Amino acid sequence: MTTMNMIEAINSGLDNMMARDDDVVIMGEDVGYFGGVFRATAGLQKKHGKTRCFDTPISECGIIGVAVGMAAYGMRPVPEIQFADYIYPGLDQLVSEAARLRYRSAAEFTSAITVRSPFGGGIFGGQTHSQSPESMFTHVCGLKTVIPSTPYDAKGLLISAIEDNDPVMFFEPKRIYNGPFTGYYDKPVEPWSKFEASEVPEDYYKIPIGKANIVREGDAVTVLAYGTMVHVANAVVEEHGIDAEVIDLRTLVPLDIETIEASVKKTGRCLIVHEATRTSGFGAELSALVQERCFYYLEAPIERVTGFDTPYPHSLEWAYFPGPVRIGEALDKIVGELTS
Amino acid sequence: MADDNSKTNLPPLSLHVPEPKYRPGDTVDYSDVDIPQAGDQPRPDVSSDPAIMREMVYDMVRVLDEDYKAVGPWDPKLSDDTLLKMLKTMAQVRAFDDRLHRMQRQGKTSFYMKSTGEEATSVAAAMALHSDDMCFPSYRQQGILFVRGYPMVDMINQIFSNREDKLKGRQLPIMYCSRRLGFFSISGNLATQYPQAVGWAMASAAKGDTRIAATWCGEGSTAEGDFHSAMTFATVYNAPIIMNVVNNQWAISSFSGFAGGERTTFAARAAGYGIAGLRVDGNDPLAVYAATQWAAERARTNNGPTLIEHFTYRAEAHSTSDDPSAYRSAQEREEWPLGDPITRLKRHLIHRGVWSKEQHEALDKECIEAVKVATKEAEKNGILGHGLHQPFETMFQDVFEEMPWHLREQSEQANKEREIKWPDAEASK
Repeated sequence: MTTMNMIEAINSGLDNMMARDDDVVIMGEDVGYFGGVFRATAGLQKKHGKTRCFDTPISECGIIGVAVGMAAYGMRPVPEIQFADYIYPGLDQLVSEAARLRYRSAAEFTSAITVRSPFGGGIFGGQTHSQSPESMFTHVCGLKTVIPSTPYDAKGLLISAIEDNDPVMFFEPKRIYNGPFTGYYDKPVEPWSKFEASEVPEDYYKIPIGKANIVREGDAVTVLAYGTMVHVANAVVEEHGIDAEVIDLRTLVPLDIETIEASVKKTGRCLIVHEATRTSGFGAELSALVQERCFYYLEAPIERVTGFDTPYPHSLEWAYFPGPVRIGEALDKIVGELTS
Repeated sequence: MADDNSKTNLPPLSLHVPEPKYRPGDTVDYSDVDIPQAGDQPRPDVSSDPAIMREMVYDMVRVLDEDYKAVGPWDPKLSDDTLLKMLKTMAQVRAFDDRLHRMQRQGKTSFYMKSTGEEATSVAAAMALHSDDMCFPSYRQQGILFVRGYPMVDMINQIFSNREDKLKGRQLPIMYCSRRLGFFSISGNLATQYPQAVGWAMASAAKGDTRIAATWCGEGSTAEGDFHSAMTFATVYNAPIIMNVVNNQWAISSFSGFAGGERTTFAARAAGYGIAGLRVDGNDPLAVYAATQWAAERARTNNGPTLIEHFTYRAEAHSTSDDPSAYRSAQEREEWPLGDPITRLKRHLIHRGVWSKEQHEALDKECIEAVKVATKEAEKNGILGHGLHQPFETMFQDVFEEMPWHLREQSEQANKEREIKWPDAEASK
């Protein structure tokens, strides 16, 4: 075990996979010599060689299209899109090509690619370095979507994603690269080293795709979250002393519906939290599923706490962010007056 | 079909991954960079068929020679006043960049990008355009705003995202916009402005207008599909546009080889599309002016688009978010064979006898003082992260022309949260 922050854990997972499998290659803007703008690929070019970890032209369409082609040859590319906000030029290659190649070729060709991309706000990145576009991809049939919330999970999930024979979108919550976030932007970041989830094996291990993690057990309300918002939601629940069950989804598609269903049937209440904009966000899908499957167990309307339906603002970032006040208010609606 | 039996003798293929010549600590030697003699380049008629201009995309238009004299057919023969204005504007841009970069380091804003060493590619280019021609810039063309007289205070208000920020605190610093001055809203996404600029130019042509469009991107961004779509539309519709590629050699940590620069020039992209292409010494303000003037006249006389590659060097970091000493040799900047655009123009003016070292020192001081005054003025309107500078409802305005019910509800929610989260904050209305 070594103490790692999320970037180091991702780097370690990439390193393990490159060592185990010659077909794993990393490509993206600034990922080679420089090691990535967030340092996720630091040292990998030096260790594994220039043809295994290399810079690319600034063309997201090219990066993803070339990855699909390398996968068609039989390799296992792990392209990086520097910010999720930059992914849109690559959408045709993802939506029309990578996601459907298995289907349209009757599995003669597949796209075993893992697209890594930092996402989410809270770093004063403005509207082009803050977005959470995950529901655009969960809406595409044929793509898996994975979002870790700790260093330990990030490495285990990333290895599963790379070994998966279908295309996986791997969104990394950049706000918590260095430490978890409780939603209080004016408090200093506590580094991952202070938390157990930073204890990461140096060797290969996997966390299965499609399996949620119950972060905190409870009976009063089920809280569904992923990425940064797992920590924010958990902190609010703790702060208010609510006996909530907090579930970190870890994978949005395929979703661990069994864990969700069992929890909501137990608690009878459900709060969904994500940073992404509200309309047609993944929370809408979760809300529909819970309603379809747990309707007769529900004792209160399902609540969603989300980002507002606006581009991510620069100066009013913390007014936009779905922080403790918005979450607390929603919990209040679901479980009645807060106890503290 | 090839004979499969011969396969046994085939050598294995190998993958080429470009590598820049110099990394941190390396000694830089630019003696292999081909810098043609100033004044040697022919100046074709603005109506020339791109086919007869093909050599120009591998050449380099240069006006200022080693003695800082303006020579050859591309000398735009500008008046002393125009040249002095050019010099002063470039000096002001540099002083502005230096101070605002420092302000970011002092925590007064989140982000900054300097244009150091590349001032000519926006200042001289903008001066060669009509003031109402439409510009679609990338993020390093602040020089255009200086040429067109945008107040520094307004720029700094935007950088601080404060209550006088005309963009209401919504945009990342330096992502300026001024419709009044023909300066399109800067996007953080790359090369998106290229096809938009072509579209504006097509509209101007369709409407029988006389205004043309100009756009800028870096050499790295020419890899985006938007660049190639723009080139195709520009040639198909013979659009009245100038497409500038500022080849500053580096796209964050990736050298120009990752945009295809190992094999050909960026100006040569024009030839494949049947577009007139010029390659210009981007640190020679007179050459930049002359090339832009040529392309503008070509566009304005319905002779179509021009692609101009400005060969220059990004003297500083990509932005406040990276440290170039981690990926390139510091000597590159010192050894850059085309020098510095401000120094070169200064020496040209001294050579002409209309400027002196003392006057230039005084100018630098004036420029520093002017930014200082503007910064102090802007700081009175607030700095990023200290205070809530915009009414919360502004966050929900301009998503649509009319605010739908769900945004009205969310706006109310935001204001309700404000009272809980920031009970002591003074109203910013």
